[in-house]
Amino acid sequence: MSKLNLITKGIIKDNPIFVLLLGMCPTLGTTTSAINGLGMGLATTFVLILSNMVISSISGLIPNKVRIPSYIVVIAAFVTILQLLMQAYTPGLYETLGLFIPLIVVNCIVLGRAEAFASKNPVSDSALDGIGIGLGFTLGLTILGAVRELLGSASLFGIKFINGDGMLVFILAPGAFIALGYLLVVFNKFKSKLSK
Amino acid sequence: MAKESSMKNMLITLGGVTLIASALLGCVYALTKGPIDAAMIAKTNSAISSVVPDFDNDPSSDLFKIDLQGKDFKVYPAKKGGEIVGYAIESYASGFGGRISIMVGFDAKGSITNISVLSHTETPGLGDKIEPSKSSFSAQFAGKSPEDFKILVKKDGGDVDAITASTITSRAYCEAVSTAYEVFKKCKEESSKKEVTNE
Repeated sequence: MSKLNLITKGIIKDNPIFVLLLGMCPTLGTTTSAINGLGMGLATTFVLILSNMVISSISGLIPNKVRIPSYIVVIAAFVTILQLLMQAYTPGLYETLGLFIPLIVVNCIVLGRAEAFASKNPVSDSALDGIGIGLGFTLGLTILGAVRELLGSASLFGIKFINGDGMLVFILAPGAFIALGYLLVVFNKFKSKLSK
Repeated sequence: MAKESSMKNMLITLGGVTLIASALLGCVYALTKGPIDAAMIAKTNSAISSVVPDFDNDPSSDLFKIDLQGKDFKVYPAKKGGEIVGYAIESYASGFGGRISIMVGFDAKGSITNISVLSHTETPGLGDKIEPSKSSFSAQFAGKSPEDFKILVKKDGGDVDAITASTITSRAYCEAVSTAYEVFKKCKEESSKKEVTNE
């Protein structure tokens, strides 16, 4: 597999949100606006790249029976580091995302990539895989956030261009499911056209 | 490839991984502690300066606590030339999604100068309109004195226009503002007592 392929695979063919449907908790919870989706996506990407690299480099030293607890400790350490850094240097972003940051630990994508990819591949490939999957996740969250913000509060990236309130349901939880459902349809249509 | 899963190997691996992880976390914690505290103080200070009239002291260092019905409330006095020009009072109430913390500014006479929201977990798009940047809800309190402006939503017979579809949030907000006013009255009482004893 070529290096470029490793990255694009995560964005389209194995997109964590639209194809694998992994990590739905932060997906539905944080995407009330495009900026929140982008922030959460980038935070997860950061954790994914670092945890993939570390796990790929230490997987040879870890006995099979304790590999999952070891991976979780590595992931949790990076998430906590990220949380402290955000609290210190980007307090504004931390305020909106703070509640969801610890949830990255239990995000299935991160552990899923560690188990399915990083533990069996060299460090450089694992880093590229982390970048690809992370970008795919970020893309999905940003699109979902943008759609919900557009319909729900009639603005995009915090910029209001219509006076009025929009359809509130899209900001609330049911709107997240509805918007995600329709986005899945669109994405799969686009993907099947691409593969033809 | 992976080492054999013997008890000794597993203990060494898990012990090693957790030890390294905790050492790393300790370092990052020590490095970020300063900036985190600074960010918190900066946030409180900006909330104080946005709610009270011009001052030249450092309200955070003059902070004192007022006890009201068994709860402690933080009061930041704002002084200009040694004279008290107002108070910023931190107050809170239970909203729809959790605690709503606000900072209410009073001038020396007891009129509300401004209110800023410190933290809340209200529904985005509905209850979060209590934030001054999202709607003019909080602006209606500015310049009013709770003596002649009844801090209750109109539904409950007060003078406050509630946020559409967020009555619970609006009620909690009013409750927090009223509590802050009670604290203000108590601090006035205590400071006048002090003046009497000083004489």
